[in-house]
Amino acid sequence: MLKGRTWIFDHEAIIAASSAVGGPFEAQGPLAGDFDLLFDDLWLGQDSFEKAEKKLLEQACQTAIRKSGIRQEEIQFFLAGDLLNQIITSSFAARTLSIPYLGLFGACSTSMEGLALAALMVSAGFADRVLTGTASHNGAAEKQFRYPTEYGAQKPPTAQWTVTGAGAAVVVSSGKGPRITSATIGRVIDKGISDPFNMGAAMAPAAVDTIKTHFQDLQLSPTDYDLVLTGDLGKVGHSIATELLTKQGLIFPPGVFGDCGLMIYRDDQPVFAGASGCASSACVTYGHVLNRMLQGELKRVLIVATGALLSPLSYQQKETIPCIAHAVAIHAGEESSR
Amino acid sequence: MIFFWSFVVGGLICVIGQLLMDVFKLTPAHTTSTLVVAGAILDGLNLYEPLIDFAGAGATVPITSFGNALVHGAMAEAEKHGLVGVITGIFEVTSAGISAAIIFGFIAALLFRPKG
Amino acid sequence: MANAKTKDQQQYQNLANKRDPGRPALKNCILAFLAGGTICLLGQLISTFYMHFFDFTEKNAGDPTVATLIFLSSLLTGLGLYDHIAQWAGAGTIIPVTGFANAITSSAIEHRSEGFVLGVGGNMFKLAGSVIVFGVFAAFVIATIKVIIMGLGGS
Repeated sequence: MLKGRTWIFDHEAIIAASSAVGGPFEAQGPLAGDFDLLFDDLWLGQDSFEKAEKKLLEQACQTAIRKSGIRQEEIQFFLAGDLLNQIITSSFAARTLSIPYLGLFGACSTSMEGLALAALMVSAGFADRVLTGTASHNGAAEKQFRYPTEYGAQKPPTAQWTVTGAGAAVVVSSGKGPRITSATIGRVIDKGISDPFNMGAAMAPAAVDTIKTHFQDLQLSPTDYDLVLTGDLGKVGHSIATELLTKQGLIFPPGVFGDCGLMIYRDDQPVFAGASGCASSACVTYGHVLNRMLQGELKRVLIVATGALLSPLSYQQKETIPCIAHAVAIHAGEESSR
Repeated sequence: MIFFWSFVVGGLICVIGQLLMDVFKLTPAHTTSTLVVAGAILDGLNLYEPLIDFAGAGATVPITSFGNALVHGAMAEAEKHGLVGVITGIFEVTSAGISAAIIFGFIAALLFRPKG
Repeated sequence: MANAKTKDQQQYQNLANKRDPGRPALKNCILAFLAGGTICLLGQLISTFYMHFFDFTEKNAGDPTVATLIFLSSLLTGLGLYDHIAQWAGAGTIIPVTGFANAITSSAIEHRSEGFVLGVGGNMFKLAGSVIVFGVFAAFVIATIKVIIMGLGGS
């Protein structure tokens, strides 16, 4: 069913299993226990950052498939995207997994773009078992979007740290597990911010637009969710978003409105304004959040992944940063096994 | 005394660079390019050499001295060979810096990997 | 696109600027002064060393000094230490010739995964190229102007 810009999944779309993998920096963070795999080598034994990112995504996908109990050959479609040019991480992982593949690009909003589409396919009856995932790698992202990793530029306090990690989920049409109940598709919003070292401020309006639309489309109130998380707005972006939402009359109870980018690292890790990257929302959602749902701590969650749709070239050509946010609502299923 | 002044003058040139980055929001590439042009202009006005005499390494180590050295090289050749010397002489004086950077950079690429 | 901001965008910019923690310019300047001054002082010491123990004069001690500083910067960059120093030193490590060496070395190291010819060779000047280009062009313009003026002035 469609309401405004929101898909309501009348027929079941269930997360059979999910997985989060991370790198050495993530292993030092407070959510380390919610990762299935943590690598202590930033290179994952590969000879380039890009190949390491591909391996991260492969590991996340293979772990999610294994946890679901479904055979890899029975997964019907693979929806994935990442930050690298031509989304090579996803395409090359798809080559390894050998599952019919749809490549996506939503920058850091890819995780929820993939989850929404997977739920749509399954709920509409066009698939029974879909895999979706995304990955990011700090070294690869810095190399492509900003500066070589060893370059001595001084990052401002609004800069963010790209997560080295990957998250994946297997969405099925029947069985036990958290249910994907609705998804709101984002619109590209550009409020004229052009500083690639302050993406939080660029993305906040997109998050607010999608959240507001979701609540309006479904006629919900701020107490209808236990947890509403943006993907990677960071300190600056999240405080802007909170202010904008308050102005619109959406005031969440304390502790409800959070940001994945602020959860994945400890305060004393040098991450400036917080985490970013496709893996920010993916690792927190597919690891920590779903674990808490399976343990019964959370019943109704809204994940709003936010993406900045710039390229290194667009910035050099003096363009501003257009952004987008996709929201997916997940409700706890009947009791499910871990 | 030159030790003292090399510290102070070098430090002040860096402060100028810091202000260009923090207040005028220039990138490091824009900042260093601006300072290199400034060094070239100052040498054109015959102001950079006296600064070097006064502050020693405080004036020769910052990137501004690269601009100064390029103009010097150009002028030295131009004095001998006329206007064409401007083109043929530019890299004469700066050869050490650029060669060293390329050589050591290449060796580093042979030996090291980025640490993240 | 992008040059004329709508009123709505302008309003948002104001909000975002309010929330921007801003760069600690004063602290950065002090640290840049100390770090940059120290590197230049080190350069002075190295110069003096070359003049006393080798046959360099004040005029040409600059060359080996610069080469030594570049060697040290490349080494620190390769060891993964330079960027950590630079985060607090800011312009103090960017403006001295160390910044130039770091730009070249970090680009070279980063792109080794694309091979030595296209990766290292092709990308080495990605960041440092503008300094060379603008320095050379500025020197060309300035030297040309000077030569013409001197020619006209007949000095």
